[in-house]
Amino acid sequence: MSTLASEKKKSSSRNGRAAPELIFGDLWEYDPSPETADPKLKSRYELFINGEFVAPKSGKYFDSINPANELKLAEIALAGAADVEAAYQAAQNAFDKTWSKLAGRERAKYLFRIARLLQDRAREFAVAETLDGGKPIKESRDFDVPMAAAHFFYHAGWADKLEYVAPGARVAPLGVVGQVIPWNFPLLMLAWKIAPALAMGNCVVLKPAETTSITCLKLAEIIRDAGLPPGVVNFVTGAGEVGAAVMAHPLAAKVAFTGSTEVGKIIMRSLAGSGKKMTMELGGKAANIVFDDAPLDQAVEGIVNGIFFNQGHVCCAGSRLLVHEPVADQVIAKLKNRIRVLRVGDPIDKNTDIGAINSKEQLRKITELVDSGVKEGAEIFQPACRLPTKGFYFRPTIFSDVTMSHRIAREEIFGPVLSILTFRTVDEAIEKANNTAYGLSAGVWTDKGSRILKMSTELKAGVVWANTYNKFDPTSPFGGYKESGFGREGGRQGLLDYGKLA
Amino acid sequence: MTSAAREISFGFTLQRENSERMSVRFSLPAFRRLFDEIGPVDQIGVEERVAKYTTRSIKKNSKLWGLKTAVSMVDLTTLEGKDTPGKVASLCRKALRPHDDPEIPQVAAVCVYPAMVRHARRVLGSDTAVRIASVATSFPSGQAPLRTRIGEVKSAVADGADEIDMVINRGAFLAGEFDRVQDEISAVKEAGGTATLKVILEVSELETYDNVRAASFIAMEELREGDFIKTSTGKTSLNATLGNNQVMIEAIRDFFLDTGIAISMKPAGGIRTAKQALQFLIAVKETLGDAWLNNARYRFGASSLLNDLLRQIEKEKTGAYQAPYYFSEAAESY
Amino acid sequence: MNRLTITKTPKPYVGGAFIRSESGRTFSLHDAAGNFFANIPQCTRKDLRNAVEAAAKAGPGWAKRTPYNRGQILYRLGEMLEARRREMIDSMVLFGCDKNRATKGMEISIDRLIYYAGWADKYEQVLGSVNPVAAPYFNFTVTEPMGVVGLIAPDRPPLLPLISLLAPAIVSGNTVVALASEHMPYPAILFGEMLATSDLPGGVVNILTGFRKELVPTFATHTHLRAIVAAVNADDRKALALGAAESVKRTRFLDAAETDWFADSAQNLYAIRDTLEFKTTWHPVGA
Repeated sequence: MSTLASEKKKSSSRNGRAAPELIFGDLWEYDPSPETADPKLKSRYELFINGEFVAPKSGKYFDSINPANELKLAEIALAGAADVEAAYQAAQNAFDKTWSKLAGRERAKYLFRIARLLQDRAREFAVAETLDGGKPIKESRDFDVPMAAAHFFYHAGWADKLEYVAPGARVAPLGVVGQVIPWNFPLLMLAWKIAPALAMGNCVVLKPAETTSITCLKLAEIIRDAGLPPGVVNFVTGAGEVGAAVMAHPLAAKVAFTGSTEVGKIIMRSLAGSGKKMTMELGGKAANIVFDDAPLDQAVEGIVNGIFFNQGHVCCAGSRLLVHEPVADQVIAKLKNRIRVLRVGDPIDKNTDIGAINSKEQLRKITELVDSGVKEGAEIFQPACRLPTKGFYFRPTIFSDVTMSHRIAREEIFGPVLSILTFRTVDEAIEKANNTAYGLSAGVWTDKGSRILKMSTELKAGVVWANTYNKFDPTSPFGGYKESGFGREGGRQGLLDYGKLA
Repeated sequence: MTSAAREISFGFTLQRENSERMSVRFSLPAFRRLFDEIGPVDQIGVEERVAKYTTRSIKKNSKLWGLKTAVSMVDLTTLEGKDTPGKVASLCRKALRPHDDPEIPQVAAVCVYPAMVRHARRVLGSDTAVRIASVATSFPSGQAPLRTRIGEVKSAVADGADEIDMVINRGAFLAGEFDRVQDEISAVKEAGGTATLKVILEVSELETYDNVRAASFIAMEELREGDFIKTSTGKTSLNATLGNNQVMIEAIRDFFLDTGIAISMKPAGGIRTAKQALQFLIAVKETLGDAWLNNARYRFGASSLLNDLLRQIEKEKTGAYQAPYYFSEAAESY
Repeated sequence: MNRLTITKTPKPYVGGAFIRSESGRTFSLHDAAGNFFANIPQCTRKDLRNAVEAAAKAGPGWAKRTPYNRGQILYRLGEMLEARRREMIDSMVLFGCDKNRATKGMEISIDRLIYYAGWADKYEQVLGSVNPVAAPYFNFTVTEPMGVVGLIAPDRPPLLPLISLLAPAIVSGNTVVALASEHMPYPAILFGEMLATSDLPGGVVNILTGFRKELVPTFATHTHLRAIVAAVNADDRKALALGAAESVKRTRFLDAAETDWFADSAQNLYAIRDTLEFKTTWHPVGA
């Protein structure tokens, strides 16, 4: 970018010298700074059914490891069909006898208690979340745990105000809901699921992801401390089979699933004809669109937040950068400088920006797609940084010269990999952004207000972030268009999905 | 700089009645051109970026390195109506020897009013690494005739100042008279001769980050490598923050990558604790890189900061939190 | 020999502090049995003036807090009230309230605070709107707090009506100056102590003790009070309305005699709406 006068400075001072560069070296290395708070892990976690920790009927357990170093953290109970049945019975029983009979203001009080107890034990939960899932402690401490508490607090306040949720109609709870959540935000997804369900008066059977069950079962301790009546919330742990059983159970009046589009479709197929209400929160391939009049440094920060937050394990990640051609070189140059100072490393270190990839399987998927990007001719850039020898890690990666025909522009990578495409006009940006089967989120960076509003109108996405990215709030409804799913979570709109109009 | 060079010309060709061609120069006001060139700044975005600096955790050797580097970057300052030769002498002695510990470096400079420069020079002598910075140009308001302001600069340099901290004409800036702002900077630079020039933008009066970015570029266009842009006089209620520091160092970075000229940075006022100083250094490290982590390229305009840095260094070395009275007073009270 | 107790000097909570009246005046308060209890500050119009200053000063900061933060603070106020519930009930019984009613009233007071705490980050979603205008503009209506609000609760019961007026006003960012019960001011004074320990910034709620006759006229005419919410008799209503006319205050009157404070109907969204302004903004939609 040249200023008026810098033209004259440029010619007098450069004269064939090399282009100026910034040095991001090791003059001032940060020492290791691990978070030392005790996560208070148990060596074995049982199922949580009817207010008790119970062993699985099969007697089987599976290991949960720390993806940062592949060491075992704990054993987790492996639920079977009989356990899922017991959980649903407990939930139905609690609904019929207790929960549906409680006044909304009393239901609210339980949710407020859960929020406060989680706030009390915030640091402990943050460490546990980082160890189990691999996300940086900075994120679990500053985002996941406080946001989970906020979700409980927000929804608590709705429990006795349900007459305002659906103007002109009365809402009633559905009964028992079955929920399956993913491994990318274990505790937060748990809060997103059970808080509205309970506020609305339902009871819950929930299965966390098999690689991240620990904070779910720790929350069961809080649920007990809060005095929540037994059976209102039940947790069953395990993998795909258990998830399928939770989704298919006849007592589930509604099921809610967050995960990949692929698995979402499997569930939808299996439930076809059952009459169950469903909400699906699936994958995404969001476009983050930067115009030439955008505040560029802040846009670069938004791009980085969009794709490297939580190692890119985010359904609404801004995994496609659509940059206006006039500023493409500039943005890419700034982006490269910015990612050179991102720190990849042990998630428990407070200075880590990009933690561990959640599992070996996910690492394999990311590697395969990145290889395809190289093979298909896109230009790859990764900063030089030393990765730990154990554990699952991937460098932040950007691909430029990507087009919509590349696999890395079409398939969800779910990793710290950004694909950069260019566009020339507003209409072209809209077209490219919408040229996908997904439709969860999008970002728009421009100084012009009317353009923000136009883009927001035209983009086929459930969440549009303008001059920001990856912002979440319990009051703000979240969910997708097209194959990113249906239904909303959060806000007034999200609540209605957990009730029926009476 | 001629007005012709300042115009962006949109050439329109008109057919006149008698077939003469005429091209019309259409020029936008200077402030709109400048803002279009440098691009907008989003306030919330900046503040989110700098919030990440505050969650960095700097420990052990990296903390010691940061603290000592910060000491070496201090422009130890006294700018009070009640300054006397005695006060300035005390300040200079502290600058030369901040603490009993020989591993602690000297500060970069002392910063005083023009009338105090010769007293500082007398105490520091002529063979010292500690520089003498003088505020000048009717600091802090700058509201005096140009000739007075220039006279002050010359007199401070004559008395022995190595560096001049000047204030820009905020009134002219806010009225969009960018030429005037630049011409005055140029005049001060000339009057200072080889003295290092630090240009104070007075961020609190510019108010928006867009203005801070614009003022940064306006200043940098007149500066030489080794000169500084500086946040504030320290005499208003809002001084250096991570936010305005970030906007200015991003401007410095953009200017450097574009021209190859490395301008230096000085946040001043409002940085009282070692913790804050480390956060500013983190910002520099992650935005400008290693080449700016030294006192030729970065300074802290501060007074009470120095002793807090010393307390933290001592705590790092001994493991014990320190009472303030173990460290010599110099800047706070006399 | 019985241990002698330390008697308390009750002071109302104004501007984040516990004050005596600037006039130095007090009136004596006797309990239901006729025993002397304490001397209560007899606040003047100057005290009211100072309280309005404090409320005005606290206004911008309180309004700028996030709704979530305001909700949490009101919830914490509920925690404080719950923890001292017994003391509060005793203080009401001492002055002649029926114990069962006082107990019920306390429970409802606490639950009402929690009810309004829960509205903090929601009322906007129900009262605000995006308006589908017939032109290419994005048009949205948001609510804003009015500013400093005057509250006058009925004389009895001594706490529940005060909380019922105060919570919906402050949850949206208003700051308030409230008149406590004239004959039973002590529960309101105790409540001031709970306000002080609840993270609520000083000046957001200011409570004055004293005589209605002396203070209502100043509530009526102080132009910095942007709204009055009052449960008063017909004469006071007229006086307040006349005063309100001079500076176009917004007024909301409840009939002190008719309102059943114990009923669920005494708490709802529209009590919040009473002290809200509505702002509508237009912006073009286009490339």
